[in-house]
Amino acid sequence: MKTRREFIKISTAGVGAAAIGLQALKGKGFKWFPEKFSGDPVSNEDLTPYPTYCEVCFWKCAGYTYVDKKGKIRKIVGNPNDPNSNGRLCPRGTGGIGMYYDEDRLKTPLIRETRKDGSQYFRRASWDEALDKIANKMKEIKEKYGPEAFGFFHHGTPGGHLAHLMKAYGSETDAEPAYAQCRGPRSAAYYATYGSYIGSPECTDIRDTRCLVLIGSHIGENMHNTQVQEMSMAIDQKATIITVDPRFSTPAAKSKYWLPIKPSTDIALLMAWIHVLIYEDIYNKDFVKKYTFGFDQLKEHVKDMTPEWAYGITTIEPDLIRRTAREMAGHAPAVVIHPGRHVVWYGDDTQRERAMGILTGLLGAWGYRGSLYIPEAMEIPKFPQPPYPETKWNWKDLNEGRFPLATMGITTEIIRASVPKYNYKHKVKAWLSAGTNLPLSMPDKPLFKEAVQSIEFFAVIDTMPMEVTGYADVVLPEATYLERYDFIRAAQNRYPSIALRMPAVKPKYESKPAWWIVKQIGERLGLHDYFNYDDYSEVLDWQFKQVGTSLEEMKKIGVKTFPRTSGPLYLDDYENFEFNTNTGKVELYSTEFESAGFNPFPVYKPHPEPPQNFYRLIYGRAPMHTFSRTQNNHNLWDLMKQNTVWVHPSVANLWSLKNGEKVWLKNQDGALTDFSVEVRVTERIRWDSVYMVHGFGHSDKKLTRAYGRGASDEKMITHYAMDPIMGGTGMRVNFVTFLKEDPYKNKKEDKG
Amino acid sequence: MKEELIVSGKNIPEIYPVLHLWHWEISLYLFLGGLAGGVLFFAAYFYITGKEKQMQATVKWATLIAPLALIIGLSSLLYDLHHKLYFWRLFTTVRIDSPMSWGAWTLLIIFPISLIWVGSYMKEMFPGWDWKWKVLNWFEALVIKYRLALAWVMLFLSIILAVYTGILLSAFNARPLWNVSILGPLFLVSGFSTGLASAMWISNDKHERKVLSTIDIFFILTELFFIIHLFMGFWAGTQVKLEALRLFMGGQFTLDFWIFVVLLGLLFPVTLEILELIGYHVPKWIPALFILFGGLMFRFVMVDAGQITRFLY
Amino acid sequence: MRYAMAVDTNKCVGCADCVVACQTENLVPNGYCRDWIVENVEGAYPSLDMKFQSERCNHCENAPCVRCCPTGASHIVEGGIVLVTHDECIGCGACIESCPYDARYVHPEGYVDKCTFCIHRVDKGENPACVDVCPTYCLHFGDLDDPNSEVSKAMKDRSWYVLAPEAGTNPQIYFLR
Ligand SMILES: Nc1nc2c(c(=O)[nH]1)N[C@H]1C(S)=C(S)[C@@H](COP(=O)(O)OP(=O)(O)OC[C@H]3O[C@@H](n4cnc5c(=O)[nH]c(N)nc54)[C@H](O)[C@@H]3O)O[C@H]1N2
Ligand SMILES: Nc1nc2c(c(=O)[nH]1)N[C@H]1C(S)=C(S)[C@@H](COP(=O)(O)OP(=O)(O)OC[C@H]3O[C@@H](n4cnc5c(=O)[nH]c(N)nc54)[C@H](O)[C@@H]3O)O[C@H]1N2
Ligand code: SF4
Ligand code: SF4
Ligand code: SF4
Ligand code: SF4
Ligand code: SF4
Ligand SMILES: [Mo]
Repeated sequence: MKTRREFIKISTAGVGAAAIGLQALKGKGFKWFPEKFSGDPVSNEDLTPYPTYCEVCFWKCAGYTYVDKKGKIRKIVGNPNDPNSNGRLCPRGTGGIGMYYDEDRLKTPLIRETRKDGSQYFRRASWDEALDKIANKMKEIKEKYGPEAFGFFHHGTPGGHLAHLMKAYGSETDAEPAYAQCRGPRSAAYYATYGSYIGSPECTDIRDTRCLVLIGSHIGENMHNTQVQEMSMAIDQKATIITVDPRFSTPAAKSKYWLPIKPSTDIALLMAWIHVLIYEDIYNKDFVKKYTFGFDQLKEHVKDMTPEWAYGITTIEPDLIRRTAREMAGHAPAVVIHPGRHVVWYGDDTQRERAMGILTGLLGAWGYRGSLYIPEAMEIPKFPQPPYPETKWNWKDLNEGRFPLATMGITTEIIRASVPKYNYKHKVKAWLSAGTNLPLSMPDKPLFKEAVQSIEFFAVIDTMPMEVTGYADVVLPEATYLERYDFIRAAQNRYPSIALRMPAVKPKYESKPAWWIVKQIGERLGLHDYFNYDDYSEVLDWQFKQVGTSLEEMKKIGVKTFPRTSGPLYLDDYENFEFNTNTGKVELYSTEFESAGFNPFPVYKPHPEPPQNFYRLIYGRAPMHTFSRTQNNHNLWDLMKQNTVWVHPSVANLWSLKNGEKVWLKNQDGALTDFSVEVRVTERIRWDSVYMVHGFGHSDKKLTRAYGRGASDEKMITHYAMDPIMGGTGMRVNFVTFLKEDPYKNKKEDKG
Repeated sequence: MKEELIVSGKNIPEIYPVLHLWHWEISLYLFLGGLAGGVLFFAAYFYITGKEKQMQATVKWATLIAPLALIIGLSSLLYDLHHKLYFWRLFTTVRIDSPMSWGAWTLLIIFPISLIWVGSYMKEMFPGWDWKWKVLNWFEALVIKYRLALAWVMLFLSIILAVYTGILLSAFNARPLWNVSILGPLFLVSGFSTGLASAMWISNDKHERKVLSTIDIFFILTELFFIIHLFMGFWAGTQVKLEALRLFMGGQFTLDFWIFVVLLGLLFPVTLEILELIGYHVPKWIPALFILFGGLMFRFVMVDAGQITRFLY
Repeated sequence: MRYAMAVDTNKCVGCADCVVACQTENLVPNGYCRDWIVENVEGAYPSLDMKFQSERCNHCENAPCVRCCPTGASHIVEGGIVLVTHDECIGCGACIESCPYDARYVHPEGYVDKCTFCIHRVDKGENPACVDVCPTYCLHFGDLDDPNSEVSKAMKDRSWYVLAPEAGTNPQIYFLR
């Protein structure tokens, strides 16, 4: 049966199969010259630098885009005065130049059309037509269901512009995968424990730590810039690194202790550590006495959670648990228990994060040099606008009381509310999205497909023909970050700083910046007062002037730093510090969890184990790629073209898999990977799990380099474990097995 | 378990996972260089020893091959250059350290010499031949007068040429298979053997063929001896030499080398030659063809295999 | 003067930032590279050892690539930097065959190319692009003859190795253990 919104895989109107074949060929060749860079390297004096901050991930490192005399972007280099980058971008930031040069970029607005035979395609459209269409739909939805029924998904800076438009329009029915698929549990847990968030960049004082504890965080593969830099400084300072990871990760190789934990059992290890600290009497007594609440209950709670108990669960030797606990205690308070970032693993993630928060509290590793510092960010005044209209309901109401500690919208909830059969009280009827590739970042692809076919309208703002654009009714091509003005970056750090992003070159093709796009839609909706400027530079100049600088000055310096005003960086320097919790203390015992009906202490509960012949799928980052957004970037494609599935030699033996052999994966629900993936036989992984780098296995043919390379972990994540506390979707609860024969050989399957 | 993998960069097909930059062009070039060297050497040798009359094919006819082989070989080399328009840079400098450089110079000199040699016999080979220009006739006379001196120069240069084809490879310290001193002599005897085979094929004179094939038997046996010597050297060598040896002992070049080079290219023709010597009748082209084929295969195998071998660091 | 680089394998995370930075700085065409990353894993689970090496031309003191070059395009300049003059290079590949480290490649424009130690930056007193981008600060560059240079300081009190010393090329990229 033809669905209403079939995924459009083929290029725009009428281009025949031959053209596609050719493109595919081009993508495979090695000699791919997007632009013939003939010429010699030049020195910086011959280039013009334009300040920017990076959009390849969300660390937002500031730097300069260097443009040569012919108007070509030559390179992007970090700004030495930027506390996020210290003058050094990560590989993705350095390779961000490929975002601009990518010939597969979205070039014009596109509108979905249906042919007589029912098949669908994208037609080039003018900006006016596309914008009119979106504005009209927004009016229609508002009239029919109220603006709240227009849900939206966002991530990164384009998402911020979209959120402004939607709030002005009257919808706060929003979510981003960077919450419920990422750091949400951490926010809820640390807010409950310390009354503050960890924030981004994380307030980890790795630079000065004596002991860095990484529970899953794979710094060095996770390339969040300052953390990588500071981990290196910590190595120089001979700090102890303890890594807990079922895989011999990059930081594990730099660690004094690697704890190759059985996946899903981290809470047991954490509780055992807490047990050792308390029962060996080596916790930070001063801190616990002065700042914490609920120690005695905690002591009672962990009484039986001995290292021996944990050994049976985690497979980590009791002696190793004891030694590492003592090592931490020995360095306290200069210990960073890294709170992690992508922490939606098993559905009890908020509790695991709580355990990490409690461990941190027992070590007093909060607010001291070498632990977690007290960050500060600059407040940027809002450009004058009327207040946003009141909404009748928002993302929170959508949950109807579930996930009470969620602080942001939950993606899967908006998606489910879009499917009539789930019968949500508040129904979502149309979507807008910007800067997020839902089909590759959300668990449960079938759910997504069902939802996207249930809604009345879907518009997507993106720079690339990513999978998400294939489901849209209208696609708007955004200019890349190197071609546009954007919000002021006011990142938190040890001290406040602001950074400017400005265009280094004119937008390529017909692409436009998001600020312009939302303004155009806003104007059509009669929301002019929210967009009271002609060019975004006016907003920036006004805002810069409010904080004592100007656009002109910022164009030269790119980054400006300010002294702290909120108080000292470390606890010691405060007269008396009160935590923003119910008790004003660090809540080892969480009163907030208790009143919300959750266990005030973390408890280890076993999780399902892989069935026979199946292995737990775990996933992570490769340093040269960001999620699903960089695989087609020719600079980064050059560095890593596909992912592999990591398999322990004993498993390889059992299945007689050879290194480099191509296999397909199938999960417990029978879902198949779209493409084959090469096996990497390696000792770096446990025998009960397999590992893949997230973001590969693109199924959109318009991504000529990325298409069909590697496999998508997302396709294998049909099942997820919802965190009842804040709605996180635990995604490491899927099990896969190997297929050595092409499962598509005899059938034409809908890939995508 | 030990894993060593290049995780980023170096996805250059000519270089990774194994070096494969030099292809058939270089193999052909080395083969033709050796062949021309062989042809010219024996022409000069029999001339100097005063056997011009008995060895007509060798001294005269076979030398027609030399300029042809040289020009094809040079074209093949030129074709292989990636920056062809700059090939003249070869002749703006002499680099003593670089076998490539002195090879180029040797070729530059030996090519006209081979032409002159052939030219000086044109009238003998093709009765009625006329140089048309007076100056050419004058020059011909001059060459014929000093043919002995020319033969000596040619003798000398043809040895350099044939040895050079081996030394070009053996000078590459980075490629353990090539980096052995026996390679120069080995290529020399192999090249000379192909030269002899060509002359044998051309010659219609039973006696001449007998002389040639007697010498050739000696050369082929020497070549076999050198090959054994080469492998013994690897056998006694370091890890990387053993890796090189493994390519021929069960590795990917085993069949190519033992069947095509050794069996068909050396043992088979040498057997035929011996049989002929003791009186059996063998069509003259069979051993010659196999020797030439074996010589070509040998260079293909060496060029390909050598590039795979490297220091394991 | 003797330019050299030290790579601290304790800190390198194998991120390949040095590779992209080199590609953009030096207009290395896509599909090619002047530096690359090797991952070495040894041992058996769970007692494993892994290190990353960022590799490039070793600017060998005893450089076979220079010796075998028939045109003199490959040459050594002040400070021991091995360079290729593009319009003297005929692209014969002899230097590529001679390099034990596979550090060179044929540029699609015909000549042979490789790491220049970013001489256009070094001449101005700057660091090579790869050194300045590395997020782990694990690359150190400078003059080995100067005890106060970054590279001399980085190597002080550290044990190191070079690649394929048995090739006798006397490499000038040092890997700190
Ligand atoms: N299976 C699986 N799922 C995951 C994860 C995982 O590891 N595995 N990780 C989770 C985590 S931690 C996160 S934070 C989320 C992230 O998930 P997403 O927010 O979906 O992030 P990306 O996959 O990078 O998608 C970015 C999209 O933005 C587009 N884009 C890039 N730059 C611009 C721009 O300048 N303007 C516009 N308009 N669009 C742009 C890209 O083309 C792409 O379509 O994914 C989560 N989902
Ligand atoms: N290069 C690069 N860097 C990035 C990103 C990117 O896309 N590319 N994305 C950024 C974003 S938004 C985020 S959220 C972060 C995510 O980065 P992290 O927060 O570091 O991500 P995690 O998913 O926690 O870590 C993945 C690691 O967890 C291990 N692991 C799997 N299962 C378990 C388990 O049960 N227990 C334990 N202890 N470990 C386990 C895996 O083996 C892997 O090494 O990365 C950021 N940095
Ligand atoms: S960490 Fe890397 S990708 Fe992320 S913003 Fe910084 S430079 Fe860009
Ligand atoms: S940039 Fe630095 S850390 Fe990254 S691979 Fe290169 S040398 Fe290693
Ligand atoms: S590493 Fe290779 S290219 Fe560089 S100097 Fe040494 S031999 Fe020459
Ligand atoms: S390729 Fe160029 S640099 Fe290399 S040896 Fe030949 S001429 Fe010299
Ligand atoms: S020194 Fe310069 S040319 Fe050499 S690898 Fe580093 S960036 Fe590339
Ligand atoms: Mo994330």
